[in-house]
Amino acid sequence: MRPAFNDPVFGAQESFRALMEAMARPGRIQRCDVLPDLPEALAPSAAAALLTLADAETAVWTDATGEAREWIAFHTGAPLVADASKAQFLLATGTMPALATLDAGSDETPQDSATLILQCETLAEGAGWRLSGPGIEHEHRLGAAGLPADFTAQWAANRQGFPCGVDLVLCAGARLAALPRSTRIEEAG
Amino acid sequence: MNAITPRNAPGNTPEHAYNFAYLDEATKRMIRRAILKAIAIPGHQIPFGAREMPLPYGWGTGGIQVTAAILGPRDVLKVIDQGADDTTNAVSIRRFFARVANVETTTRTAEATIIQTRHRIPERPLTEGQVMVFQVPMPEPLFRLEPRLAETRRLHALGDYSLAQVRLYEDIARQGESGSAYNHPVMVGGRYLMSPSPIPGFDNPKLHNSPALMLFGAGREKKIYAVPPYTEVRSLDFEDHPFKPMRAPQCCSACGSATSYLDEIVADDQGGRIFVCSDTDHCAETQGQ
Amino acid sequence: MYVAVKGGDAAISAAHGWLAQRRRGDESLPELSPAQIEEQLGLAVDRVIAEGSCHDRALAALAIKQARGDLIEAAFLLRAYRNTLSRFAACEPIDTGAMRVQRRISATYKDLPGGQVLGPTFDYTHRLLDFALAAEGLPPAEPEEADAAEATMPRVTELLAREGLMSRDAPGTDEAPPDLTREPLPFPTPRPLRLQSLARGDEGFLLGLGYSTQRGYGNAHPFVAELRMGEVEVMLAPAELGFAVSIGDIAVTECQMVNQFAGSAASPPQFTRGYGLAMGHGERRAMAMALVDRALMAQEMGEEATAPAQDAEFVLLHADNVEATGFVEHLKLPHHVDFQSELEKLRSIRARWQADRDAAPIQEAAE
Repeated sequence: MRPAFNDPVFGAQESFRALMEAMARPGRIQRCDVLPDLPEALAPSAAAALLTLADAETAVWTDATGEAREWIAFHTGAPLVADASKAQFLLATGTMPALATLDAGSDETPQDSATLILQCETLAEGAGWRLSGPGIEHEHRLGAAGLPADFTAQWAANRQGFPCGVDLVLCAGARLAALPRSTRIEEAG
Repeated sequence: MNAITPRNAPGNTPEHAYNFAYLDEATKRMIRRAILKAIAIPGHQIPFGAREMPLPYGWGTGGIQVTAAILGPRDVLKVIDQGADDTTNAVSIRRFFARVANVETTTRTAEATIIQTRHRIPERPLTEGQVMVFQVPMPEPLFRLEPRLAETRRLHALGDYSLAQVRLYEDIARQGESGSAYNHPVMVGGRYLMSPSPIPGFDNPKLHNSPALMLFGAGREKKIYAVPPYTEVRSLDFEDHPFKPMRAPQCCSACGSATSYLDEIVADDQGGRIFVCSDTDHCAETQGQ
Repeated sequence: MYVAVKGGDAAISAAHGWLAQRRRGDESLPELSPAQIEEQLGLAVDRVIAEGSCHDRALAALAIKQARGDLIEAAFLLRAYRNTLSRFAACEPIDTGAMRVQRRISATYKDLPGGQVLGPTFDYTHRLLDFALAAEGLPPAEPEEADAAEATMPRVTELLAREGLMSRDAPGTDEAPPDLTREPLPFPTPRPLRLQSLARGDEGFLLGLGYSTQRGYGNAHPFVAELRMGEVEVMLAPAELGFAVSIGDIAVTECQMVNQFAGSAASPPQFTRGYGLAMGHGERRAMAMALVDRALMAQEMGEEATAPAQDAEFVLLHADNVEATGFVEHLKLPHHVDFQSELEKLRSIRARWQADRDAAPIQEAAE
């Protein structure tokens, strides 16, 4: 079994600050590189995000198999569920589960919604989508490669349900950026 | 500060009997999950399993738990109460973190990465590298109008804030202005009514479009909420009666500031008053210029 | 020029030094040991383990010593300590039917299987100060050994339930019960969480609420079906063993209170029960808890909830004395920033009031 954080206290703290910063400033890319030796299928930033947030008290769904799946089960201690709609945290290494199928919370408890950690091919600032909403002064630009063709349509529907909705953490290698449900995405143009 | 006792007494200083920043990692994870959801739903109160802390409920346990969950070795922590670094409770909380997290502390607003506060927002404009952590006694902005939490939760879900609007209307009709001088409720992102914690109305505008992330922790009431950076925060008001932040009309006797929030000090028993900055760091900085 | 008051740090250290001195008191008198507190102030220790939610009498005695006898402060110390302990497992439900009884009384039957056992009680003592205790006297005489404790003692509520006169509690499930110390209280609150909350609630608050239900605020007609106190075994079933092993004994006090219920379309008229359980010897707490537990069942039973003791939000959110004392006492903290804003607000409102008043005679003249 490959290791988790070198230092469980400070590894988690550093990863959390990257996640918090990412969630507070949607589209701004953070670096999170505290897991140098991982199963191949896992991006360091995605694995760190999951390890920081999931534990025995949270249901996790993942499409990862084999060594990567075992690594997640062992190091988070989280119950792995087969039904994506039942998960509090999801880690997608391949195809993204449709946002509309995930738990969006309820009007009284929108915080019960799922957080999707999604590995994509690349992440880059400065070009791509135009993001606006809480956390963004004027506009942030973010480009992500390897997402489904209808991603922005799915996102618009997700955002429509505010305050309910899924929150997204995009991960590529050691880089991560977040899209909370409040963020508006306009296609580049 | 003698409340901390070592678990394994022999040769052990109390600090080593506890995890970094006091809380165990499972508790930090639970609080961190709540913080991320709070940021994603600006102004919405997230219930969390607040723990007993070695400081009393009502003395900043919510803020302390939030700070403990985010704090790391690279942070520089500032703690203020009533705007001042040297008030007893601020001293006590700063000592707590210096002791259980061995973290660098400062009184300089400009140097801090995390500022835990009770009742004030610093005068110096905050920056993107900073996180404000507010200690919150009563997170529910409607509690004086509707004390039942099951009911206020429903009202928030519906976005029904007519109770607060009617109260404000009645205040204005009776006395010409809002009755709340501090803890004046705000609308966050046009969706949730939120208690800004008992900061004076003077500080409310500082919440609007701040470059810094604002986190709010209520330990006894077991709620966490947040205002992300650059988020619209409007004090509850009416178009024909816009919200007016107030301060004493005097200048600070120490630094001469005519714009900072002032404490009124009783100087003698003849009714003499002097006014000084509530923000001690700001006052020292202005005097140094 | 005005110079701000500084030196909060030094003031705190000095105050805590003074506190330590006061705690010790007159040094010509022998120092009290936690063991003495545990043995001779046992009911204070029992209250602290109940409200501190931690069954450790030695630590509770230490907390009482450290808190100078302030029992709420002692409960707070114990809670804050408890909070740092890892939890290894949950024990099996304790079986109070198998209790090694030191005291057991029923007010509903003159006699019953197992008999009435008075045990160590203040009941029927005459509350006359015993000045012999002021002097270091001889040890008290050995009490006569009662052998009743060896007899089997069926629960009184079970006798009624067999006849169909008493509702049975819902059977337990394998599901792990919710835990008040890990999750915030939800509303409406399921009964297991209500009972957890009451079990650690402030004894004075529970007492006042229980009392109010007897005086018409909640329409209770309670009988003490049974009050029992004694030692029960704590069993733990580690997953790797597959069976339960005993890990020790604790003293508990249990009260089953019987109340009338008119019945509904679904269930015939029968007695209902209120349940109280306190760690240690805590009769007043267990009885008050049982009264409040029954009052809080109003909604489930379709009774009109009109009294304070029937309002779960009111009762449960104000029963915890560690929370309550923190918030009441936080008023000692400086509030001058908020007070200053109130001063400015009041001056502004008064100025407007004065201006309106000054303008008023002119209006009158014009009318």
